[in-house]
Amino acid sequence: MTAIDDRRGDARAGTRTPLLRARNLVQEFPARAAGGVKGGVVHAVSNVSFDIYPGETLGVVGETGSGKSTLARSVIQAPRPKSGAVEFQGRDLMTLRRRDLKQARRQMQMVYQDPFGSLNPRWRVTELVEEPLRGYGEGNADSRRRRVAELLDLVGLDPSQYGRRRPFELSGGQCQRVAIARAIALDPALVIADEAVSSLDVLIQAQVLNLFEKLRRELDLSYLFIAHDLAMVKQVSDRVAVMYLGQLAEIGPAQDIYRRPLHPYTAALLESIPRVDPVTGTAHKPTALPGEPPSPIDPPSGCRFRTRCPRSQLRCAEVDPVLEERLPGHQVACHFPLDLPDPAMPPGPAGATLAPAPVPASATDPAPTAQTS
Amino acid sequence: MSGKQRTATYPVGDSYVSEGVIAAASSGPAAPGPAGEPGEPLLVVEDLRVQFTRGGRRINAVNGLSYELLPGSMMAIIGESGSGKSVSSRALMGLLPPTATITGSVSFAGRELIGMPEREMRELRGGDIAMVFQDPARSLNPTMKIGAQVTEAIRLHSDSDRKGAHARAIELLRMVRLPAPERRFHEYPHQLSGGMRQRVMIAIALAGEPRLLIADEATTALDVTTQAQIMELLVELQQRLGMAVVMISHDLGLAASYAQDVVVMYAGRAVEHAPTATLFGNVRMPYTRALLGAIPALEREPHSLFEVTPGQPPDLSALPKGCPFRPRCPNALDRCVEMPPFREHEPEHWWACWNPVGDETGNGEQE
Ligand SMILES: Nc1ncnc2c1ncn2[C@@H]1O[C@H](COP(=O)(O)OP(=O)(O)O)[C@@H](O)[C@H]1O
Ligand SMILES: Nc1ncnc2c1ncn2[C@@H]1O[C@H](COP(=O)(O)OP(=O)(O)O)[C@@H](O)[C@H]1O
Ligand code: SF4
Ligand code: SF4
Ligand SMILES: [Mg+2]
Ligand SMILES: [Mg+2]
Repeated sequence: MTAIDDRRGDARAGTRTPLLRARNLVQEFPARAAGGVKGGVVHAVSNVSFDIYPGETLGVVGETGSGKSTLARSVIQAPRPKSGAVEFQGRDLMTLRRRDLKQARRQMQMVYQDPFGSLNPRWRVTELVEEPLRGYGEGNADSRRRRVAELLDLVGLDPSQYGRRRPFELSGGQCQRVAIARAIALDPALVIADEAVSSLDVLIQAQVLNLFEKLRRELDLSYLFIAHDLAMVKQVSDRVAVMYLGQLAEIGPAQDIYRRPLHPYTAALLESIPRVDPVTGTAHKPTALPGEPPSPIDPPSGCRFRTRCPRSQLRCAEVDPVLEERLPGHQVACHFPLDLPDPAMPPGPAGATLAPAPVPASATDPAPTAQTS
Repeated sequence: MSGKQRTATYPVGDSYVSEGVIAAASSGPAAPGPAGEPGEPLLVVEDLRVQFTRGGRRINAVNGLSYELLPGSMMAIIGESGSGKSVSSRALMGLLPPTATITGSVSFAGRELIGMPEREMRELRGGDIAMVFQDPARSLNPTMKIGAQVTEAIRLHSDSDRKGAHARAIELLRMVRLPAPERRFHEYPHQLSGGMRQRVMIAIALAGEPRLLIADEATTALDVTTQAQIMELLVELQQRLGMAVVMISHDLGLAASYAQDVVVMYAGRAVEHAPTATLFGNVRMPYTRALLGAIPALEREPHSLFEVTPGQPPDLSALPKGCPFRPRCPNALDRCVEMPPFREHEPEHWWACWNPVGDETGNGEQE
C-alpha cells in the first residue's frame, strides 16, 4: 500500500450502489456538409445507459466514430449531453451548478490519448502534477511538494531525475505517467482513460497498463477504460461495453464477452483481430466483416448494425432492438442474439447441416455466424 | 559502428541460392522475372546502413540490416517505432532526404538500388516497386478526383492512351474492391472513407504492375474490421499477381496472421528472422519474447499483468556498446558488450543473440 489514504474504503464494502449511473444519454452535433452549410445532425451517442461500481473497471470498445469519446465527455459534462441522466456518487450531475460540478469533477479525472498535447509544454513535471492540487486549493506549498514527490514515485518517475524536466524532455510513456500522476493527484474515485495507451509502443504500453492496474489495486480506483482494441480492453476490464454507431450493442462480464459474445457485431469484432497466442505462437487469422459503418448523420432504421449483419432479418429494419439481459449481468441489443439459432436457418437437424458456419474460435459455446442472404 | 557485427553467412536451403548454384525450385507462388531464376531472391538487402546528420548529431537509424525476399512471397518487418522499418524501406526506394548517408547493398532482381541514378530509380518506383503508406489522406492529392490520380499513375508507367488508361483505372479500382468504381472515379479523396482511400492507394500502386509492394503500416490507421478487409485484399493480390509484399507493421498479430516470413527489427538491425511459424513457435531472441509477453491477449484473464520490459529503446545517436537490447535484456551476459552476429543458427532461423531464449546460460557457463 502507499502513503495515500483511501477516503472511500467503505464505499466498496458489500453495498452495490453504483459509483456512476448513466441513463439514456444522448449527444448530437450539428453536422457540417461540404462548404460549411448545415447538414443534419450527427447522432454521436444515442440512448446509452450503464453503471460503474466502486473499484470496478468498465471497458468501452468500438470503432472510430462509434461515440466512445463523446460518451466520456458526456459523463463529465463537457459538454453536457443533450439528454439523459448522469448520477455520480449519488449526485445528479446534469442539474448541478458550475461550482458544484467542479467539486464533483475532482472525483472523476480524465487521461487522454495524446501524451504531449495534454500537457503544457512550458511547465516542469512538478508544476504539472502540482497544478490540480493548487487548482482545488489543497494544502500549502510544502505539503503539495511532498505530495507531488509521492505521486511521481507512485507512477514510477524518480522525482529527482524527472521533476525538473519539461514534456519535450520526456518520452511518450513518461508523459503519460505524468498525465496519470495529475489525474490521481486529487485522489479521485473514477479515472476515465480515453485511448490513454493507444499511441504508445507495445513494451511501453505494457508498462503503463501495469501502472493502471497497480493504482487500481492500491487506490481502489474505478476506471472507465476506453480503447478501440478489444483484446486490451478485455484484459484490463471487469465488464466490457461494445459500442456501434453511437449505441451499446452489448455489455457484460469481460470473460463472457470474449467466450460467449451475444451480439453479431461483437463476434465479428473478435473475428477481425489478428492474433498470435503469446505462449504457443499460433496465429489466429482474421475473418473480415464486409462493409463499413454507415454515416452517423443518417443511421439505418431499426438496428444500426443491420447493413453489415450476417443475421439481419426484416424485423431488424423495422424495430429498434433494446438492451436485454440474456445471461447474468450480460445484456445485448439484438433481435437474434447468438445464443439463439440463426434466424435464416430452418429449424431442426436438417437446417444444421445446411450451415457450414465459421464458428468464432473464441466462443466456448459458439453460435453459427454463417453469412446468409 | 563497427563493421564486424554481421558475419556473412548466407541462407542455404532449398529455397535459397548457395554460392551461385541454383538450388531446387522453391515452393510457393514464385514468379520469376526477367532477371530471376526460380528460387532466386527478388530482393537482397545486405548490411544496409543509414545515418542522418542533424544539428551535428549522427542518428544511426539503420545499422546493418540484411534480409532476402523471394518473388511472390509476403514478408513482415516488425518492431517498435524508431526501429528503422520505414527508413530502411525508403532507403531502397531512393526516398530519403539528402541528409541521409546510405551504405550497404540492396539488389532488386539483380540490379543494385543503392546509388542508382535518380532517373533510373524514378522508373522503378511506382513501376516494379511500389509503396503504400499509413496515411492515404496525405499520399493522395486532395484537389484531384481519384479517377484522374489512378489514370495518371497508369499513363506514367505504360504507353496506353486516354481511353485505355480510363478502362484500366476502372479495372484496377474494381480489382481493389472499391464499391461503385464508376461513380467513385469522379469523387475527391475526402468523399471516401479511410478504408476506401487505402484501396485507391493500392490501385495506384498496382498501376505499374509491381513485382514488389512495400506496405508501410498500411492498415495501422484503419479500424480492425477494415484492416481485415484490406489485408485479405493484399493477400489475394499477392497470390493472383505473383507480387512480393513487404508488410511493415508494429503489430505482431498481423504479421503472424498474414506473412510467410517475419523479420524482427530493433535499433536498426534485424535481430530475428524466420518463417512465421518457426519464429513465433520457437522464439529465440529475448526481444521478440518481450514483445510477445507485452501484447494484450484475449486469452488472458481480466486484470492479469503484462510481462514488463524495463527502460525504453536506445538513443540512436548514442547506441550502447555491443547488443543494443542489453540494458533491457533479462538474458544479458557480460559477453553482450560485444555485438552478437546475425546468423542462421538453425535451418532458416536467424538471430543475433549470445544467450538466446531456450538455451539460457549464466555468466559462468559461457564458452
Ligand atoms: N464536436 C463535434 N462536432 C461534430 N461532430 C462530432 C463532434 N465530436 C464528435 N463528433 C462526431 O461524433 C461521432 C462520434 O465521435 P467520437 O465520440 O469521437 O467517437 P470515438 O471516440 O468512438 O472515435 C463521430 O461521427 C464524430 O465525427
Ligand atoms: N529525415 C530524418 N532525419 C533524421 N532522423 C530521421 C529521419 N527519418 C527518420 N529518422 C529517425 O530514424 C529512426 C528510424 O525511423 P523509422 O525508420 O521511421 O522507424 P520506424 O518506421 O521503425 O518507426 C528514428 O529514430 C527516426 O527519428
Ligand atoms: S440480428 Fe438484427 S438486431 Fe441483431 S445485430 Fe443483426 S441486424 Fe441487428
Ligand atoms: S542475451 Fe545478450 S545478445 Fe542476447 S539480446 Fe540479451 S543482451 Fe542482446
Ligand atoms: Mg475517441
Ligand atoms: Mg515507420
